[in-house]
Amino acid sequence: MAQTLLQVEDLHTQFFTSRGVVRAVDGVTLHVDAGETLGVVGESGCGKTITALSVLRLVPEPGRITSGRIMFRDRDVTKMDDEEIRDFRGNDVAMIFQDPMTSLNPVTKVGFQIEEAMTAHNRFSASLAKSRVVELLKRVRVPAAETRVKDYPHQFSGGMRQRAMIAMGLANEPSLLIADEPTTALDVTVQAQIIQLMKQLNRELGTAMMLITHNMALVASLCQRVVVMYAGRVVEEGPVEQIFKSPQHPYTWSLLRSVPRVDEARKDRLVSIKGLPPDLINPPPGCKFHPRCPFVIDRCKTEEPSLGEVALNQVARCWVLMRNVQQADVEAAKASALSVEAAQKLKAEEPEVGSLAGS
Amino acid sequence: MAVTAGAPRRRGALPFLSFIPQGRGTTLGIYIIKRLLWMIPVLFFVIVITFFLMHQAPGGPWDREGRQLSPAVIQNLNIKYGLDKPEWQQFLTYISGVIRFDFGDSLRSPGQHVSDLLLESWPYTFTLGALTFILLVPIGIGLGVIAALRQNSLVDYTALGLATAAASTPNFVVGIFLIILLAVGLNRVTGGTFYLATGGMPQPFNPFQPELIMPVITLGALPTAYIARLTRSSTLDTLRQDFVRTAWAKGLRARLVVMRHVLKNSLIPVVTALGPTFAFLITGSFIVETLFSIPGIGRTFVNSIAGRDYPLILGTTILYAVLIAVINLIVDVLYVFIDPRVRLTD
Amino acid sequence: MATAIGVAQQVDWDVAEQIGLWQDAWMRFRRNRLAVAGLVFIILMIVLAIGARLPTTPGGLWRILHLTGDPFQQDVTNTFAGPSLQHLLGTDVLGRDLLSRIFYGASISLSIGIIVQFLILVIGGSIGMAAGYFGGWIDNLLMRFTDIMYAFPDLLLVLVFVAAFGPSFWSIFIALGLVYWVGLARLVRGQVLSIKEKEFIEAARMTGTAPLKLIIKHLLPNSLGPVIVTLTFGIPAAIFTEAALSFLGIGIRPPEPSWGVMIEDGYAGIFADPQLVIFPGIAVALTMLSFTFVGDGLRDALDPRMRR
Repeated sequence: MAQTLLQVEDLHTQFFTSRGVVRAVDGVTLHVDAGETLGVVGESGCGKTITALSVLRLVPEPGRITSGRIMFRDRDVTKMDDEEIRDFRGNDVAMIFQDPMTSLNPVTKVGFQIEEAMTAHNRFSASLAKSRVVELLKRVRVPAAETRVKDYPHQFSGGMRQRAMIAMGLANEPSLLIADEPTTALDVTVQAQIIQLMKQLNRELGTAMMLITHNMALVASLCQRVVVMYAGRVVEEGPVEQIFKSPQHPYTWSLLRSVPRVDEARKDRLVSIKGLPPDLINPPPGCKFHPRCPFVIDRCKTEEPSLGEVALNQVARCWVLMRNVQQADVEAAKASALSVEAAQKLKAEEPEVGSLAGS
Repeated sequence: MAVTAGAPRRRGALPFLSFIPQGRGTTLGIYIIKRLLWMIPVLFFVIVITFFLMHQAPGGPWDREGRQLSPAVIQNLNIKYGLDKPEWQQFLTYISGVIRFDFGDSLRSPGQHVSDLLLESWPYTFTLGALTFILLVPIGIGLGVIAALRQNSLVDYTALGLATAAASTPNFVVGIFLIILLAVGLNRVTGGTFYLATGGMPQPFNPFQPELIMPVITLGALPTAYIARLTRSSTLDTLRQDFVRTAWAKGLRARLVVMRHVLKNSLIPVVTALGPTFAFLITGSFIVETLFSIPGIGRTFVNSIAGRDYPLILGTTILYAVLIAVINLIVDVLYVFIDPRVRLTD
Repeated sequence: MATAIGVAQQVDWDVAEQIGLWQDAWMRFRRNRLAVAGLVFIILMIVLAIGARLPTTPGGLWRILHLTGDPFQQDVTNTFAGPSLQHLLGTDVLGRDLLSRIFYGASISLSIGIIVQFLILVIGGSIGMAAGYFGGWIDNLLMRFTDIMYAFPDLLLVLVFVAAFGPSFWSIFIALGLVYWVGLARLVRGQVLSIKEKEFIEAARMTGTAPLKLIIKHLLPNSLGPVIVTLTFGIPAAIFTEAALSFLGIGIRPPEPSWGVMIEDGYAGIFADPQLVIFPGIAVALTMLSFTFVGDGLRDALDPRMRR
């Protein structure tokens, strides 16, 4: 029976700027079970990084967690005091960041930085920590680990730096590792290596992982479940195969459309999602995605949908749902990324297992 | 000669000067030697410029306030000191002396070697400068760090305001205000019984003289403010860096994050600024020395210019130039040890 | 051909972008209260200074308006006087009106401080541009030369120059220009170098068009900001140098009432009558402070990183 490690409940994190309150995370609920890899996808600015930072209470000024609970096992992270949260970070839950060059201290030796992750928590003695550093570097497949320990970050290549970051994250054997765009800053070939490494580590260590990315291919490689975020909310969630096969939210569908897929028989044109990300200070009324949705109906403009179950273990936040959209409209959307007024094709308000709109 | 980021250090470098490899096969030892050798042409130019400039100045070393010396006497004096010869010849004579480390005799204080005069005044300037430096480093850096860590708080604005005010006021004005406040003011308030001495420095190497309080504050106000501002902005920049976030994410204690990650990075530009600051304290002290009647090199220099005491002017200028060059060299070398990303290049 | 067109467009776009930057910068500057206060003070000082010199009778406009006395007229029967209707700030050691001397001093300090920046701009700007544009041995030579200049403590070099030319307004002016151009030269050189590295210059060179005009056209909007900031910060430094030299007796000589001279004069009588020193001291400090605030404000306003 999978045990839930992390349960985020209705999290709200907001930034209080001179231009207004930015609702970066606007009621997010998700969970990660022990040993599983959860993908969190969405475009830049959708709130996925801030959600992750909220879990560790690392939200930068002028942001704050304003409401909600973050339960790690049986403790609420939002209510921890300074000492507890310090103990929690890097120990129960660890996080690795996007750009390994800027995320490592440039004037401190790499080995020492990994070591201090351990000594900060008193789980290993100083000498044991030192030897573990070499072990960890070996485990993440850094060649010549014994000598590399004394190097500085600028002496490492990009891929090696990211491996070092991963080693640092895993140093205290956390139950959950949060990885924020771990491959985005790397060369394509190096990306593949890191993905391999992460798969191996997941198999070897059984660490649960929350993988934040906008790269659907990465999700397909590594994750069992995926959460799709838009404008600070979860718009779809479910097992990876299901989501990839039949995404129900138009946004998810568009995301998948914009990635070339090997399993497509026809060479479909890639559909780019028109429009710009929503203003998080003054979001549009109704469904936040409606200005850019190819299948928008009138209701979407005024009423915001709630998360509804669309299949076993899959939920989506949409009035229309992909399976209710006529094939013709789907083709139209694919052909010309223009918004199709699906009012003419309006199907029932309730999600129906009716017409077959293939994806 | 520049200090730049270069190729990574070969592993296994030993901390002995001549064996530390730098970029392009230069070792630290060779770099230092090259810099020292480069000082020679620079010094030469300095001497040339100063020499010929000084001889353009109207008037000569024999001008006296009030009663003038008779032309015959002046003529004799000129012959005695070789001032009747053409300038280029005087220049060569001087250079030949310099090479033998003979800097001539003072014209205004006859019979005294320039080198002796400088040696006499040096302790005063050094004490003043060193004492000011030792005080300004912790105060300046401390203020800067605190202001940065508590950005936009009352502490920050107060510190910043003080620093800006101190940095914008001419130091002699600061000195004079201090005099008015502490000497004149105290004097009046206590009916003449208590006041801070405004001049002199009775003992050369003693840092604990009350006469030094006002000169040190006067001399140090501006550099302290400058260092504080620099530390503050550097620390603020560093706090925004990703690796600081990584440090927090690892669960390090606040103190460790600040000292090991933030300060270790943000103090790098500050430390390099300390070099020229120290140079400034030593060479820029003449205003303070004049104001507070401290018999240091600065005051000697100013007097020598006013009195057209050519050998003394030249001697002091050379001393200053050498000091600045040496301090710059020390700072550049130190930089390699502070920032591992940096290599020295020609 | 397409490249050349692309090049032209690139430059125009950059230039257009820069103009927007100025309006944006002015708005940001306005929000900085210290900078605005400084600017107001400076303008006030300029007005007072001009009024002290024009019309050219002693005391200028303010004397004519009976606001102040004559800065040069001695009155040994009325020395060290306190404030009165005739002499709003009292008189100095020779019975001269203090307020008018302060205004006159403002004209000296401001004109030296501000005008010398033009000299610095010419000297430093041309050397920097030459070094950056030509590169190679010219660059090397010029940079070695600046290294030599750096080897001198600046204040001392100014001192030496001023002593050589004889103490006067113009010798200080020239001395300041000859010594303080170095910072600007480095800045301009850096700007030229970074522009030279941009791709569209490479493109222009390949199509045969001389990049010089392109560089200049692109240089101006880009570097105007940092140059202005540097020059603005140079003003209080110049004011300070002049005051310091005059205070030491090597700058402007009495009876010209530069603030430094006034401080020197008043220093002798400091125990008896400190205000002779306090007022010019405050005047210098506030003026320098104002320019520093304005400089800070300009730098923040023009900082491209903070563009939002």
